[in-house]
Amino acid sequence: MIRLNPKKSQVIAKTIIWLAAFIVILLLLFILIYILSNGVPNITWQFLSQIPSDMGRSGGILSTIIGTLAVTAVAVIIAAPLGVGTAFYLTEYTREGKITKVIRFSAESLAGIPSIIYGLFGFIFFVIYLQLGWSILSGGLTLAVMILPTIIRVSEEAIRTVPSIYREVSYSLGGTKWQTMTRALIPTALPGIANGIVLSIGRCVAETAAVILTAGSALRIPTSLFSPTRTMAVHFYILAREGISMERAYGTAALLIILILIINVVANYLVNRFVAKSR
Amino acid sequence: MQEQIKISIRNLNFYYQRQQVIKELNLDIAANSILGIFGPANSGTTTLLRTLNRMSELAYGARIEGQILLSGENIYSPDFSVIELRRKVGMVFEVPTPLPMSIFDNIAYGPRLGGIRNRAALEKTVEGSLQAAVLWDEVKDRLNTPAMALSGGQQQRLCIARVLALNPEVILLDRPCSGLDPISTAKIEESLRQLKEKITIVLVPHNVQQAGRVSDKVAFMLMGSLIEEGVTAEVFENPQDKRTADYITGRFG
Repeated sequence: MIRLNPKKSQVIAKTIIWLAAFIVILLLLFILIYILSNGVPNITWQFLSQIPSDMGRSGGILSTIIGTLAVTAVAVIIAAPLGVGTAFYLTEYTREGKITKVIRFSAESLAGIPSIIYGLFGFIFFVIYLQLGWSILSGGLTLAVMILPTIIRVSEEAIRTVPSIYREVSYSLGGTKWQTMTRALIPTALPGIANGIVLSIGRCVAETAAVILTAGSALRIPTSLFSPTRTMAVHFYILAREGISMERAYGTAALLIILILIINVVANYLVNRFVAKSR
Repeated sequence: MQEQIKISIRNLNFYYQRQQVIKELNLDIAANSILGIFGPANSGTTTLLRTLNRMSELAYGARIEGQILLSGENIYSPDFSVIELRRKVGMVFEVPTPLPMSIFDNIAYGPRLGGIRNRAALEKTVEGSLQAAVLWDEVKDRLNTPAMALSGGQQQRLCIARVLALNPEVILLDRPCSGLDPISTAKIEESLRQLKEKITIVLVPHNVQQAGRVSDKVAFMLMGSLIEEGVTAEVFENPQDKRTADYITGRFG
């Protein structure tokens, strides 16, 4: 056994921790810079404003941007109320027991399923059985099922961190359960809940396997919830996989990253503004 | 002067699951006075306080027997609205608990729950409540700043003001000064003395001295039972029960 003096071990520990953090940041930066430097030069006005032609060899990616936003919007609009509602049920409206255990176990199991399985499920259930076809609705519903566990989990965590004394104060001032939830708990838990939703939006935007099987890969601009569509991630996958155009694949990937970045920044800004107002 | 009874506790038993926390308790609380309920830890003082506005029933496995009459009406009768009860019988907690919002919104929280939206009416209520809690002069220029930024003593007076905004008939205070400095404590005690002209106050003090300083009457509890009650000076100078005497003189507790 080598015995180090405390000062030396301190220095070594610091170096290791510092290195770990540095490597992570470096990795992240490398990926970002690599994709952005390859992709951003391909992002032109034409790229943003035209729909793909010749299978994506020329034209732009407008229809896939619209497809991405539409599928994500459907997923979040369905999953957010359901997930946050479930979280409130689990934390506020019931005592720990068999039912909560079943719900939590189900949610946790859902979280562990690979997304391609969601895709298959969505294909069989929404596309074929419910006859929704390859469509924004099918894709959105599938993604909704996929992100539900995350939203439940994170929201539950956020609600649990609200000090229980806030509940007591609200009840002691003559608040009903509903008033206590909407006026004392939701404002306090909102940053955490929003965080879960933003995370889920990121997953929706980036999801490929589940979407390609349920929303299809049509290149036209979708006109209704029942139109098939192709999301950016799917487009990027097809462009790269079938060797159609690497430049355009990188362009799409870069835009995808920028889109996620924008969503994060905007969501953060909104939450911070809300918190600043309420505190 | 014939004193009026505000709250009448009749044969009260209280259980958390199997454990009995209050045993066969009878007590009358006079209107417009301060009653100090004191006793060592786990005597049931806090639980007794919480039965008076039915906050006790929020706990898991809570069960109650007996009656509590507020102005002659049984608050545990099925037709008595618990929402109304809590608006009439306000509560201040041991730890100052401003909600994470502005000073104004904290005070207006209760009135808003009752459906008051009119800004002018709310402003009037907020000013009146803060003045009654002796806090107005310190915060009148920053009503829209976060209540969390106030000092501990100010936060506790804010909590008193928040209860006052509902125009309650009774205020319950659970060791409201336990974490506060002597000056803040003095300010709160001063505001309590002023408030009792209109309001009945039930206080669980954080020490025997506070019971002696502010209470008109005191009640001494031990292991869930009421041992002795009476006018403060009499109980302190001439306790009838040996256990009361031992506790007051600091022989145990």
